[in-house]
Amino acid sequence: MGFPHQPHQRETTVLSKHFGDAGARSLDGWKQRGGYRALEQALGMDPLAIQAVVKDSGLRGRGGAGFPTGLKWSFMKLGDDKPHYLCCNADESEPGTFKDREIMRWTPHGLIEGCAIAAHAIGAETTYIYIRGEFTEPLQVMEQAVAEARQAGIIGANAMGSGKRVDVWVHKGAGAYICGEETALMNSLEGKRGNPRIKPPFPAAAGLFGMPTTINNVETLAAVPHILVNGGEWYRKMARPDNPKSTGTKLWSVCGNVARPGNYEVEMGFPFKDFLYDLCGGPPRGRTFKAVIPGGSSVPIITIEEAERAPMDYEGMVSVGTMLGSAGCIVLDDAQSVPRQVARLARFYAHESCAQCTQCREGTAWTTKILERIVAGDGTAEDLDTLLDLADDMTGKTICVLSDSCAAPVVSGLQKFRNEFEALITRRTVHTVPAIVT
Amino acid sequence: MAPTETPLVNLTIEGRSVSVPAGTSILEAAKTVGVLIPHYCYHPGLPVAGVCRMCLVDVEKAPKLAPACATSVAEGQVVRVHAENARVARKGVLEMLLINHPLDCPICDQSGECELQDYTYQEGRADSRYREPKRFNPVEDFGGDVMYVPNRCILCTRCVRFMENVAGDAVLNVSERGDRAFIGKFEGKDLTHPWAGNVVDLCPVGALLSKDFLNKARAWELDRTASVCTGCSQGCNLIVETRDNAVVRLRPRPNADVNEFFLCDHGRLNYRWMNRPDRLDMPSVLGPSGQQPVDWDAALTAAAKALKGRRVFVAGSPNLSNEALFVLSRLVKSSGGKGAFRVAQGPEAPLAGVEDLALRADRAANGRGAEMLGFERSDRPLSGVTAGDAVIVADHDVSPDEAAALSRASSVILISTFMPAALTRADVVLPICNVAEEDGTFTNLRGRVQRFLQARAAPGLARPSWYVLADLAEALGDGLNVMSAGQVFNHLSASHAGFAGMSHESLGLRGQVVAGAAAGVAT
Repeated sequence: MGFPHQPHQRETTVLSKHFGDAGARSLDGWKQRGGYRALEQALGMDPLAIQAVVKDSGLRGRGGAGFPTGLKWSFMKLGDDKPHYLCCNADESEPGTFKDREIMRWTPHGLIEGCAIAAHAIGAETTYIYIRGEFTEPLQVMEQAVAEARQAGIIGANAMGSGKRVDVWVHKGAGAYICGEETALMNSLEGKRGNPRIKPPFPAAAGLFGMPTTINNVETLAAVPHILVNGGEWYRKMARPDNPKSTGTKLWSVCGNVARPGNYEVEMGFPFKDFLYDLCGGPPRGRTFKAVIPGGSSVPIITIEEAERAPMDYEGMVSVGTMLGSAGCIVLDDAQSVPRQVARLARFYAHESCAQCTQCREGTAWTTKILERIVAGDGTAEDLDTLLDLADDMTGKTICVLSDSCAAPVVSGLQKFRNEFEALITRRTVHTVPAIVT
Repeated sequence: MAPTETPLVNLTIEGRSVSVPAGTSILEAAKTVGVLIPHYCYHPGLPVAGVCRMCLVDVEKAPKLAPACATSVAEGQVVRVHAENARVARKGVLEMLLINHPLDCPICDQSGECELQDYTYQEGRADSRYREPKRFNPVEDFGGDVMYVPNRCILCTRCVRFMENVAGDAVLNVSERGDRAFIGKFEGKDLTHPWAGNVVDLCPVGALLSKDFLNKARAWELDRTASVCTGCSQGCNLIVETRDNAVVRLRPRPNADVNEFFLCDHGRLNYRWMNRPDRLDMPSVLGPSGQQPVDWDAALTAAAKALKGRRVFVAGSPNLSNEALFVLSRLVKSSGGKGAFRVAQGPEAPLAGVEDLALRADRAANGRGAEMLGFERSDRPLSGVTAGDAVIVADHDVSPDEAAALSRASSVILISTFMPAALTRADVVLPICNVAEEDGTFTNLRGRVQRFLQARAAPGLARPSWYVLADLAEALGDGLNVMSAGQVFNHLSASHAGFAGMSHESLGLRGQVVAGAAAGVAT
């Protein structure tokens, strides 16, 4: 469903089927819509069998990295006499991304079900749902749903009468973007400052409280019940015929200069061009598309020409030099200034850097200062070289990828729209801003 | 420690073959072949943070540069510290560390011993491309002996980790985020922990400074001498730093068996007495009109005359060297006399994160050595004087309540650095050097014998304690024929089983544990 719009007929609504349907929020409503059947089934299954189904489905992490979920679960050593933990990453803070928010707002029980299944599959008795601090409504909805589920015995010491313990706890973050990084999230859950940890050790070896931990995105976990009910093959078939590596449906959050911004759920491999012009309704009247940041603010910017020839899946995005990321699609039309948008993004990263690594702490702030100076008309030709040098220093050299994320739009923006930067420096006019046609 | 069975890993660092136990970091492995990988946040005494990103090195076949502090060695690894990509990365880090740095080296105490300076000279850029305004934060008093200059801070978090993980008293934190970050103090807390001063040594730049040392000297004006702390019986290894013959700073000297890398604030600030001006600097004898300055021969002859044929009672000091105490013990023994000493007491203050390291209640360096050499601990050492004893007051601070005992003495010979205020009578005064002015050894509470070296010249005619006592022994016909503290020590090791086989050479700068004593670390 192109929430908040009516669903488009070319959408494949699996996760978003009940978006906007307030009845789906309650436990009874969810059960009426077929909820918790998957969990009942899963609790009677061997954890390895659940992992096999998920592996078979080809489900990959929806948080940004796209790591195969079944494989990630298989890293958890079952029966090692240690407490295992599942973390649900609901710290959705990537600029441009707002899909997890809707999943939690409308289908909280779907997420709880996914968490409970995943917890069972990795031998965990405890799940923490770490919700971004600013998400007040999703927090409220989730807390209520968890209380309901606990009351009904769906989760708790004896989940659905299976004799298995499945505890789910909702934890409210304090609003730091970096706490969406998996190890920073764990530090934050432990009550420490949300700083990413050095890897190795990886979470599956030593994660939350030093114990084996798996961390999955909201959308990933929400997809699990559907996969279990419908089978891996059903999910696997939702893909481009020539690319079996990206499967299933994907929620895309679209914002920026499109006629109909919102969340859209399409099968992997959906043509980007159709998506932008058909589902999203094309550019605002009188404008044309210029560029797209397809995967949330951390991925390289692509031109509209590149976007139009790309299929919407992990590999399709890579083929045009960007990434699927969290599928937070930011669309820029011809009235937008790329340097200004890049400067705004850089400022976000400078504000959110945890300040551990030198390149990130200093580099993001320095990059921002240069970009803002260029936008203000005080740039020099050397600034562009400095920006690229800094971006190089900030890429692949730090504990987490926050500084890489800051560098990606800078480098791609400079590569693809260098003329706009140069124009600001030489004080030429690049383009006249077309009048807004209503 | 029992020999460990950790398998060795073979790798190549900068073309050198290295074999180190599995689990060693690349940074530590490189040290073993003389390659120092530049770093800031890493410190061997602290948990690894991996945040400064200065120790990035190229590891063959690895997709990215590896932080040498946080990367374990692997079999067959080929590490290149000075590969082009690693050099460029470190150059970038250095440039970024300096963009908000005030570049105020000319007025910075750290200048000359600053790792930011050193590495910038070594591999940084000659100029900066930074054209924006610099961040500014005001100087802050952190309490204790520490002040914080945030503008120089590179946020390596060594201080934060020391307080949290080693001292076990989380006072410091990283406040704020991004380039607004600074080292903050938790509400209502100060750096008053007895070991907090170590954060000043740990700080690789001039951000944390000692208020005591502030603006006292430039690093390159200092002379440095290996020594041992006299603040308590722990025997922490330290470096005495002198400027123009005055001790201006004490800093810890690493010794894994005693104090790791640390020194407590009590020991660190316990140096002013080494420079005290009211020293005994002239031998003298008691004449009809009071103390008469004489030359050394006359003074020694007078002292020998007073001691000859008498039972000798020695009120010694637990801060005298083993060498001096050894010669004194011979005088006691040969005359059938007695020796005693008093150890000042204070509250004990352990450093939580290091096993068997504490500021000890015994506030003297060589109580254990004095006991081993037959001296008796006593709160009032002079109370043991019997009528007719020849008393030697050897650097002992006579307390008023024991001074009366001296009236029973046939004579009082003061062999000391200072004149005790309560001392009413001294027939002969023999001025000696203090610990900063002579060579010698101390035995710490775990029986570790450690050397200290001369750091400054003695005042006036004062002579090393062992030298004065050896001369006195010779005047009494018991010559040792020694020319150095080391030779006195050889006599000591030859005659005391506990010290058998030791010499100043074998002790080196790490020390050795006396036979039969528990090892340096408590079991």
